[in-house]
Amino acid sequence: MADCKGSSMGIQEKNAAMEQQKKLNDALSKIKHKFLVMSGKGGVGKTSVAVNLGIALGNKGYKVGIMDVDLHGPDVPRMLGLSGLASACEGQNKLAPMRYSENVSAMSIECVMPNKDDAVIWRGPLKHSAINQFISDVAWGELDFLIIDSPPGTGDEPLSVAQTIADARPIIVTTPQEVALSDVRKSINFCKKIQRELFGLIENMSGYVCPHCGKAVDLFGTGGGEKTAKQFGINFLGRIPFDPNLVKAGDEGYSYQEKYKDTIAAEAFSAIADKLAALIK
Amino acid sequence: MTTIQKGVGISEKVPEPDPDELARQSLKKIKHKFIVMSGKGGVGKTSVSVNIAIALAKRGFKVGLMDVDVHGPDIPRMLGLKGMLGASEDRKILPIQFSENLGAVSIESLMLNKDDAIIWRGPVKHSAIRQFIGEVDWGNLDFMIIDSPPGTGDEPLTVAQLIKDAKAIIVTTPQEVALADVRKSINFCKTVKMEIFGLIENMSGYTCPHCGKAVDIFGAGGGERTAIMSSIAFLGKIPFDPTMVKSSDAGISFQDSYPESPITRAYEQIAENITKRCA
Repeated sequence: MADCKGSSMGIQEKNAAMEQQKKLNDALSKIKHKFLVMSGKGGVGKTSVAVNLGIALGNKGYKVGIMDVDLHGPDVPRMLGLSGLASACEGQNKLAPMRYSENVSAMSIECVMPNKDDAVIWRGPLKHSAINQFISDVAWGELDFLIIDSPPGTGDEPLSVAQTIADARPIIVTTPQEVALSDVRKSINFCKKIQRELFGLIENMSGYVCPHCGKAVDLFGTGGGEKTAKQFGINFLGRIPFDPNLVKAGDEGYSYQEKYKDTIAAEAFSAIADKLAALIK
Repeated sequence: MTTIQKGVGISEKVPEPDPDELARQSLKKIKHKFIVMSGKGGVGKTSVSVNIAIALAKRGFKVGLMDVDVHGPDIPRMLGLKGMLGASEDRKILPIQFSENLGAVSIESLMLNKDDAIIWRGPVKHSAIRQFIGEVDWGNLDFMIIDSPPGTGDEPLTVAQLIKDAKAIIVTTPQEVALADVRKSINFCKTVKMEIFGLIENMSGYTCPHCGKAVDIFGAGGGERTAIMSSIAFLGKIPFDPTMVKSSDAGISFQDSYPESPITRAYEQIAENITKRCA
């Protein structure tokens, strides 16, 4: 009767899987809008954009969660100035997200690692379960927006998010040079293949003003993102200029938008946040 | 008696070569292997891989460039290599030659539509990388430079497991967010017992083309400090130059176009450093 034993194990496993799925669906049903920030090429500023859109939406009064699914380079906590470890939520068998402000909370693999310099050396399947748990086992509560920061490319992490969160809207971030744009076209094709409608494209590090002479320099060129968006009939969400102060703010974990309120970059983030917020009405 | 060969006549049955054995055979003919990795994305791993390879090839060494970034394979573009990979007489893939001394293999050179996305999970990537080693006719090489995607996931792990004597070159930019991820790469190498050959600081400082004054776009010196702190060899600092971005986009060798540039000199220095230490 080995078969019997086998199938009863199967039922237990099935129950656990169903339980997990129920927790996942419950958690997702409390979050109104989900965005997946992705890119083809690395280092185009996905995390900067995710964090700053989160802060901009929080400033406008929305409840925002920022979920870091970049398990190998989890930079969301540093950029938000969050240190220490996430703790369990009282009364619930869940982790409490780390709080950045009244409206903005975040979760990252780094929030559960005692030594922040340890490397997470995981292959794909393990990453898939971790990402599911970031949703089901974290007490996000009621949110207007969940911003998901993904690693670059079209591999396990964005695929897991797309499969787990059926209504996540991709936002593609790029820099203006051709090498980045060719990888953007791959991201666009990724979204087509998984049949997900793109919410829009953001061009980051777009032009730079020399602090000494005030003249504009195109570090990585400019306008390439907007052209690509037009070519593929994608919504262009905006252009964010390069600003070394944004690098510094990210390194030191303070809010660029609060310290440099009237800069072009801060205004660009606010304007893009308005486009996301328009979904609420 | 296991003579039943479901539907395959004995005469037709060609023994399938063991993929791990094929990879071992290829690797035997390659003297030195380097994996270029980074914690954070966009620090210039591909630029650095391509330019180290060019600098080594110019010194007369036989160099192979292997692109294991299957989701963002930018090596063919940066080297200006178009077209598809060919096959040799013994049914092995031939690298595309950039010059007499330098050949490259990338997933992009196997794709008809370069804009298609490779939507693969980890295990498929593992097999693809093994094929890039074992089923490519690399021939006898002095150096193999492997360009990896950022992070400490499937791709660098596969390289570490398949190429036991690969040494890591870690690339970073100077800002703290990048350095935090470099520390993860260092710990990755310790965990998988891969020797770290050294660290390169890229996009280190920038000179305004209008007024000639220096601007630290991502800060400067952070890579060198991290190398010293972690007792890793510091291989050099490469300044930011928009001309490099343009050359890469156009697939032109920066070092050939600007032989006197500080960047070209930095790469020559790094190539010399590599050559000396591998002698």
